[in-house]
Amino acid sequence: MSIELRNISKRFGDVAAVQNVSFKVAEGELVALLGPSGGGKTTVLRMIAGLEQPTEGDILIRGQRVNDVSVQKRNIGFVFQGYALFKTMSVADNIAFGLKIKKWPQAEINDRVAELLKLFGLDGLGKRFPHQLSGGQRQRVAIARSLAPKPSVLLLDEPFGAVDAKIRQELRDWLVHLHDELSVTTVFVTHDQEEAMEVSNRIVIFSRGNLEQIGAPQEVYERPSNEFVARFIGVLNVLELRVEHGVARLHELTFPTHGVAEGSNLRIGFRPYAVQISPDLSEYRYRATLKHVYFLGVQLRLELETPSGLTLRTRITKDEFVRLGLAEDKEISFQIREYRVLSRDGFALSPEVSAVHQLPSIAENI
Amino acid sequence: MSSARSKSFQILPGFGLSLGYTLTYLSLIVLIPLAALFLRTSELSWAQFLKIATSDRAIASYRVTFGCAFIAAVINAVMGTLLAWVIVRYRFPGRKILDGLIDFPFALPTAVAGLTLANLFATTGWLGQWLDLVGIQVAYTQSGIVVALIFIGIPFVVRSLQPVLEDIELEVEEAAASLGASRFMTFTRVIFPTLLPAILTGFSLAFARAIGEYGSVIFIAPKRAEITPMLIWYRLEEFDYPGAMAIAVVMLVISFFLLITVNLLERWASRFQR
Repeated sequence: MSIELRNISKRFGDVAAVQNVSFKVAEGELVALLGPSGGGKTTVLRMIAGLEQPTEGDILIRGQRVNDVSVQKRNIGFVFQGYALFKTMSVADNIAFGLKIKKWPQAEINDRVAELLKLFGLDGLGKRFPHQLSGGQRQRVAIARSLAPKPSVLLLDEPFGAVDAKIRQELRDWLVHLHDELSVTTVFVTHDQEEAMEVSNRIVIFSRGNLEQIGAPQEVYERPSNEFVARFIGVLNVLELRVEHGVARLHELTFPTHGVAEGSNLRIGFRPYAVQISPDLSEYRYRATLKHVYFLGVQLRLELETPSGLTLRTRITKDEFVRLGLAEDKEISFQIREYRVLSRDGFALSPEVSAVHQLPSIAENI
Repeated sequence: MSSARSKSFQILPGFGLSLGYTLTYLSLIVLIPLAALFLRTSELSWAQFLKIATSDRAIASYRVTFGCAFIAAVINAVMGTLLAWVIVRYRFPGRKILDGLIDFPFALPTAVAGLTLANLFATTGWLGQWLDLVGIQVAYTQSGIVVALIFIGIPFVVRSLQPVLEDIELEVEEAAASLGASRFMTFTRVIFPTLLPAILTGFSLAFARAIGEYGSVIFIAPKRAEITPMLIWYRLEEFDYPGAMAIAVVMLVISFFLLITVNLLERWASRFQR
């Protein structure tokens, strides 16, 4: 079912947890609410579920205003961060709980439980109690239990937070498949941008109770609407440059002033991938020493130090690293291929001037 | 070699020593006195034993002792659960004081408790005079015994339940609600089964304590209905040691089986934890 939030605000006492948030989730979508902790995303999820009442604004499910509909009647499935399984009940009884409450005939309950056990790879575990299961299995029981009464909306709060990295990957893949199969409208909360990018159709990014941006993973990555989003989605290196004598400068790095007044600061940001490196010292404009190489698997993270002591961080694939014949402590040349001009008021989340510039080539004087 | 390996490694060694110490200590404090009790009783022939143990007066006293103790423990299980619930779940002024008061019956000499309750519930007492108006007599009746036993047993239920109640996550209740369960169903189907083992533990402790209680009951018990510990005391006053011991043995055996039963119930109720 479609979900719509209209101008939702939530205050806990004097603290504004959510401020004037509006967005829509279309039928069958898989949407991630992403943001740092304390960003208000869990509060939004709980308001959709009816576990929390908005201070202002309307929540609509399938076009119907549900503000006054209790959590019991909202027909949602909610998966809690800590799973919240009923520890006195077996796995099968946990899954059957919602069906018994809704007074399904016993035969249908049995069929539904068997079906879900199978679908969730829990065959043969129906008689176990929650404490006899692994973290991943508990997670699946929690999802199976929430889906059993065929809810119109599935809501998950940090669904993969409490399991280890390998299981987390499996569960992500599995959630995507499950969603493809059931096509139930799904909203989940996460603080892990990689998880949000990988799993969801669309991402809603929150920070300090505000909605920062909403869009497809590629869209928010390539066209972040402000510095916060740019920094939160992926890595953004930020340089603070001083405009003097008609150029913006930080150590030996120089950039055009972009209209910033003489004596003021210019902030620019760039993705690690925007740094081009060459072992040929004459190829690019700047020189640096390769201070550290961090191995991350397919990728490597490099720390460059310019002769004047400025440190820059960049990423490179392992193949590229080998191809270029790079090594720690080696002298290299580099340039920053693309960057963005950021707003001047520090960390405030005002929209940035979005601009991708080609730097002047080496021929130009420094 | 293999036997050395099969013994699992522990950070803190000393199983042998600590077990030996435990058994010695338990023997000195509990087992030897109990053995002496049985030994003393064995001075009687089987026929004599039966005659003393099943005399009308003895049987009447068992009935009063176990009956009142059971009723008191049941009331404590219900009211103690409610008390623990309020103390754990709500924040209100005076909560800490209330929490402290729960332990009071542990510390107060039970004779003082009995005396106070007897005064309070006597037909001239603060509470007794009002109850008397509606025709209810508490002091010097079996109800009085029950009241005294409730007083001494209540901390056991509250203290058994508190940690379990504190452990219940709010999320579990929200999960039940999100699945459509009303508040009543959330309590009866989700919360109560979680509490049941602790309630039974509290019940069995309060019950055991009530069976053995003497000090408070003698002040409030009626002349006609005596509890078994009183009967034992009368026998001792008559220097009838074997007679006292015989009744004590019966009481011990009944208590033992009752507590075993409650423990089995508790095991059943906590089957989800194993």
